[in-house]
Amino acid sequence: MYYIKVLLKSHKFVIGLFVLISIISLAILYPLINTNDPKDLVAMAFEPPQEGLILGTDNFGRDVFLQLAHGTRTSMYVGLLAGIVATSIGLILGLMSGYIGGLIDDVITTFTNMFIVIPSFIILILISVSLDVRSATLLALVIGFTTWPWTARAVRAQTSSLRSRDHVNIAKISGYTTPRIIYSEILPYMASYVVMAFVLQIAAGILAEAGISMLGLGPHDTISLGVLMQWALLFEAPATGAWWAFVPAALFIAAISFSLNYMNSGMDEIFNPKIRRN
Amino acid sequence: MADNNVILSGKNVTRIFGYGKKKVIAVNNVDFEINKGEIVSIVGESGSGKTTLARIILGLLKQTSGELLFDGKRRKMNSYKERLNYWKNVQAIFQDPFSSFNQFHKIERVLRDCVGLSGLSLTEAEIVSKMREAFEFVNLKYEELYNKYPFELSGGQMQRVMISRIFMLKPNILIADEPTSMIDVCSRATILDMLMKLRVEINMTIVFITHDVGLSYYLSDKIFIMEKGKIVERGNAVDIITNPQHPYTIQLLDDVPKLHEAWNLG
Amino acid sequence: MNNKHIMVVENLQTYYRTRLKEHVYAVDGVSFELEEGKVLGIAGESGCGKSTLALSLMAFYFPPLHFKVGSILIDGVDVMKLPYEKLRTQVLGEKIAYIPQAAMNALNPTKRIIRFIEDIFHEHRPKMSKIQVYQMVSERFKSLNLPPRVLEAFPNELSGGMKQRTVIAISTLMNPTILIADEPTSALDVTSQKVVMSMLKKLMEKGYVKSMIFITHELPLLVHIADDIMVMYAGEIVERGKAKDVIFDPIHPYSKALMNAIIVPEKDIKNQKLASIPGAPPNLKKVLRGCRFLERCRYRSDSCVSINVDKISEMKHPSRTYRCIFDIDTLQEMYKKESQSDGR
Repeated sequence: MYYIKVLLKSHKFVIGLFVLISIISLAILYPLINTNDPKDLVAMAFEPPQEGLILGTDNFGRDVFLQLAHGTRTSMYVGLLAGIVATSIGLILGLMSGYIGGLIDDVITTFTNMFIVIPSFIILILISVSLDVRSATLLALVIGFTTWPWTARAVRAQTSSLRSRDHVNIAKISGYTTPRIIYSEILPYMASYVVMAFVLQIAAGILAEAGISMLGLGPHDTISLGVLMQWALLFEAPATGAWWAFVPAALFIAAISFSLNYMNSGMDEIFNPKIRRN
Repeated sequence: MADNNVILSGKNVTRIFGYGKKKVIAVNNVDFEINKGEIVSIVGESGSGKTTLARIILGLLKQTSGELLFDGKRRKMNSYKERLNYWKNVQAIFQDPFSSFNQFHKIERVLRDCVGLSGLSLTEAEIVSKMREAFEFVNLKYEELYNKYPFELSGGQMQRVMISRIFMLKPNILIADEPTSMIDVCSRATILDMLMKLRVEINMTIVFITHDVGLSYYLSDKIFIMEKGKIVERGNAVDIITNPQHPYTIQLLDDVPKLHEAWNLG
Repeated sequence: MNNKHIMVVENLQTYYRTRLKEHVYAVDGVSFELEEGKVLGIAGESGCGKSTLALSLMAFYFPPLHFKVGSILIDGVDVMKLPYEKLRTQVLGEKIAYIPQAAMNALNPTKRIIRFIEDIFHEHRPKMSKIQVYQMVSERFKSLNLPPRVLEAFPNELSGGMKQRTVIAISTLMNPTILIADEPTSALDVTSQKVVMSMLKKLMEKGYVKSMIFITHELPLLVHIADDIMVMYAGEIVERGKAKDVIFDPIHPYSKALMNAIIVPEKDIKNQKLASIPGAPPNLKKVLRGCRFLERCRYRSDSCVSINVDKISEMKHPSRTYRCIFDIDTLQEMYKKESQSDGR
């Protein structure tokens, strides 16, 4: 489509996309080459990077590089699912309160504000502690259900300003029903905005997952980047100088987060008429 | 003026925005009567309440108090069906032709929607022939434009498509909110002529909303002058221009530059 | 009789560079002289190039606006040949001042008006003390019917018309020779409009500015303030003459159409048939040859179509100039025949 061509002209977008795709490719392709189970013991504990072991081993003697690949898969999955959930909730609530206004707007806004005021991380921790089941999917859902307020607010602001436009009025006096107006007159004008919000929600989701898992509240059964960090800290990798057990994981989290934000910045420059330069 | 000729009237119409100290009384206890087939202008400067009154008449904004009567009966806009019914009779043209279109759709969609509003089920061929007829009325070629997007048309062309939409809908009342203020001076007459032609064809009542007192004089039979939410003077266009009574009207006419009279700039 | 020519513009061409590297010549070969003590009105519709002309005269060339060729002489000095620093300190504000359309937005909302003015004096008259500045400015404001209390106010405390007048007063503090006003009243209510026009007239009367260029699409305003009028179309000047002549007895077909489209609240208007021109102005992205009004002109003839020149040259008469191949008598005959058949 036209938009993709324009986006590819943005340096920021292309660089961010490149970094992201490189990381994702690694996460998907490497385990296809190296089909071992990342939880298998392959050598002594804390072996440094060497022939056959690109990033050495962790405290148990497992292949760190393989873990990194699998962990990235999980983290990306959590980030993506959390992003989808948060964006969907934020979109629906934002559209309703922005378009309908009145009492519904007041109720939803109060509800949103409550969620904003309470630090979502605290809620995440409390929910994670009280739930017995620990899985990546559940974590993703919990993150999604606590990080939507930002999107809701942004969508509400956009909807509020769009609903007074003439084409919306024309649609009304042409007999459009409210859902149809929202779908055809409001949403398309917000589409780029929503996509950007989605990208940011994914980034936020990945960071949240890393944080929760590092505290030990993450999924037990799967490896994620945050879990890698947790193990490294728990088993004193820094103290023993085994930087390969946690620095790569941290770098990957930072790189994914950076690439998503950079892509978003690139998209903003293209789509946001207010900051477009010549 | 026979009472049974009144198609639209308002009694004690008021609209307040905000509350407490920030309260703004946009429309303040306004009464008005519009007769069938008349051309009426509501003239006022920004902040006079004319746009708010227009929105209330259109049913896009709810009045805080007071009632509107359409064809002698109290207007009800509570259910979807009642609103739909009202909009079969009352339609609008807005100031900015560009923002009146959804930029993501072809311009013919505006006309197709009219068919939906009328509630008839027509074949595709019938719909196309109706659209062609509407385009012809405004001197546009259907074949050339129907699948173009709004940004490919000029302001004047877009406004003409909006008029063709009114041609298809054939409402009893048209609210025209500054229809030519964003059109080039040299293309204005085209738009205005088409509106007048339409009025003659379907005996449509037109309510112009404008800040241009000269334009309102040229176009209309009756003028309502609005200031700060109230109608301060009303009457025949000729009477108001040649013999204004209210001090605001007098000052308004005085402030407009004329061609043959001197303009006292002090 | 012949007043001094304060500004002489010769064959000015300026263009906009689009994202796709196209050149759009918004000002395409404009030449004129501005006499001392006179107000020159520039009339035209949106897209004719009049606002670009205003920016060009100010030597205000920031991308995407670029200068191609031409000379702008102010008091005999070609400002396009001056280095930018000299232009900025000695010409802008001193010799030539500019008021854009929504000039009221030029005021910094976080500063009181007097602070804004002090900045200006600091740059142009650094030797004046703050007290001297305040005195001089309040006297000037008083003489222009602006209450001195405005000086201590913040911009958001003033109404739109008041802000516009303040900015106009500030831009003329250095007594510039020429004032360029680009649609100074378009963004205002009718009442504020009158007060602003009053002030502009006063600026001329008191000699705070020597000459003025007034740009607008609202022709009735020009009747009351302009001495001469230039009509612009598609980047060119199509007619020039004394104000009353151009408005009540236009020669060029476009001017005629423009004047026929004027609506004022005067009794006779009701009976007049408002005319309009079909079509739209030509796309300036293309290279245009010959008459630019050809497509929309109702008096066009075969010779108009077949003529093979880059530009239609101007017919110069004493006090009237216009760009058409027909001579005055032929055009006026055609107009007469038309109005007779219209029954006017």
